[in-house]
Amino acid sequence: MTTGEPGQPRTDRSPWNWLLVLPIVLPLLTFLFNADEPRLLGFPLFYWLQIAFIAVGVTCTTIVYRMTK
Amino acid sequence: MSGHTTELVVFVVLFLVVSAMGFVAARWRRPESIESLHEWGLGGRNFGSWITWFLVGGDLYTAYTFVAVPALVFGAGALGFYALPYTVVVYPLVFLVLTRMWSVSHVHGFVTPADFVRARFGSPTLALAIAITGLVATMPYIALQLVGIEAVLKSMGITGHLPIIIAFAILAAYTYQSGLRAPALIAFVKDALIYIVILVAVLYIPAKLGGWGTIFDAAAKKFAATPNPADGITLTSTNQLQYVTLAFGSALALFLYPHSLTGVLASKNRNVIKRNMSALPAYSLVLGLIALLGFMAIAAGTKPVVGANGKADTNTIVPMLFDQLFPDWFTGVAYAAIGIGALVPAAIMSIAAANLFTRNIYREYLNKHATDAQEAKVSKITSLLVKVGAVLCILLLDPQFSIDLQLIGGVIILQTLPAVALGLYTRWFHKGGLLAGWAAGLAAGMWMLYLIPNPANGKAHFGGSAFGLANLGFDTKMTIYAGFLALIVNLVVAALGTLAFRAFKVADGADVTKREHYFVDEGDPRVKDLDLSASH
Repeated sequence: MTTGEPGQPRTDRSPWNWLLVLPIVLPLLTFLFNADEPRLLGFPLFYWLQIAFIAVGVTCTTIVYRMTK
Repeated sequence: MSGHTTELVVFVVLFLVVSAMGFVAARWRRPESIESLHEWGLGGRNFGSWITWFLVGGDLYTAYTFVAVPALVFGAGALGFYALPYTVVVYPLVFLVLTRMWSVSHVHGFVTPADFVRARFGSPTLALAIAITGLVATMPYIALQLVGIEAVLKSMGITGHLPIIIAFAILAAYTYQSGLRAPALIAFVKDALIYIVILVAVLYIPAKLGGWGTIFDAAAKKFAATPNPADGITLTSTNQLQYVTLAFGSALALFLYPHSLTGVLASKNRNVIKRNMSALPAYSLVLGLIALLGFMAIAAGTKPVVGANGKADTNTIVPMLFDQLFPDWFTGVAYAAIGIGALVPAAIMSIAAANLFTRNIYREYLNKHATDAQEAKVSKITSLLVKVGAVLCILLLDPQFSIDLQLIGGVIILQTLPAVALGLYTRWFHKGGLLAGWAAGLAAGMWMLYLIPNPANGKAHFGGSAFGLANLGFDTKMTIYAGFLALIVNLVVAALGTLAFRAFKVADGADVTKREHYFVDEGDPRVKDLDLSASH
């Protein structure tokens, strides 16, 4: 929540919010990672990359939370 | 039952410990009086980050998830993994939406999504439509939690309905007494058990089966041998669109369920919600690993329990896998985790359904001047009735039918999105347009679900959520999530309807919320203004 200058109406607008688009769009682009190879620890790409997207999601939402609180 | 004694003893002991906690919860963070909806139904709206994390997490990741998602992966492969992107997408998606909902609810004392719609669009009819949609979508969800417990009991060789009735009677009693405090407290135990079980499962089972590579190879081999072109360990050309729309559509639907909002509104301030939106994905990791239990079951050659009707119940696949590979005592712990995993969400869902009935039907239509104590009383009794209804769903209907109802539930709850979620951002829609869109979306959704067969169990209708685009005249085998398409119909009709109602100058409802109400936080004088009658 941005408090803003005194007298300014409060709002939840912030350029940082655009960062939230990344973890929303990335996991939905299945054509980018719908493959078996390369494998990581036995996991096909399709699985380990989507698990890695969790970290992308956590990072982006944490940054937005910190920058707008 | 022989051979399952150790499992059963561990299961029953843990179950009873948790039940005792449910009763004690009434004294936890004790209010002066629990006889109001804010206390009974929202725990005094004073939960900090930790409790909210467990509560919302306990609410979204249910016993049915633990049972059904791996069952889907076991049967269909990659498509079942949609549950992971779904829970990655959802938190950034609702990050801003939920903080707005929290603020406006705190200014006006809203307890349900329908409360908000009533105030925003000035239409009791639209609010009633939203309330009934929420109730209808939540009921089968509660029934499904019973399916989760039933799968565990079946795997221990216990058939018959009496154990489930007893389990739900205990649940009903402590929810009645403690309200939202009961699931909030139990959620700690539930999560601790689930994290332990899953950590052990993903370390121990692959080691026993020869590593993750072997597991995926075994699954790939099984799917290559089946005649179904839509299964496999990666997506096929026909189900990519289904995967994406199912993940996205489910994410859009998640926080429209009244019970997900219950946990959010109970939090103390906006930052608690934001912090949780970045911390909750820890559950997504667990969910992804749980989904992969389906592949482990393939590699281990696990067979599901065959029911009295001669059909295999794939919902028992994970319990059977545990039974096969874990020592008895740990299987008991795992079963207790699933069983308790059913109680937390079932309690929150029944509270949310009860709040919907109390606020948007009882108070709106039956007793306009209800006192706080009367509201709490009605909610408590409704929560009991909702649970009896859920048990009856399982006893009187084929459980498979409850699963179909849940599928329909997801499609219909999505139809509240324009009024509830978009309503938080814009007052552009006309109340008549929203009602028309809601009706059109429901009709389109039902029509599509009706057309979907399930070859696996020979059903001609309501056999899944994958709607063939061929039905619309496209020359393709591609499928799309029916709920997503129905939502598009809803939005188009709502927009056209709004333009039409404006053109004919049909009166619109009044909006009693103000722009600044959507951004207030804890400490603002308006937030303390929780006089329930003020918003009506």
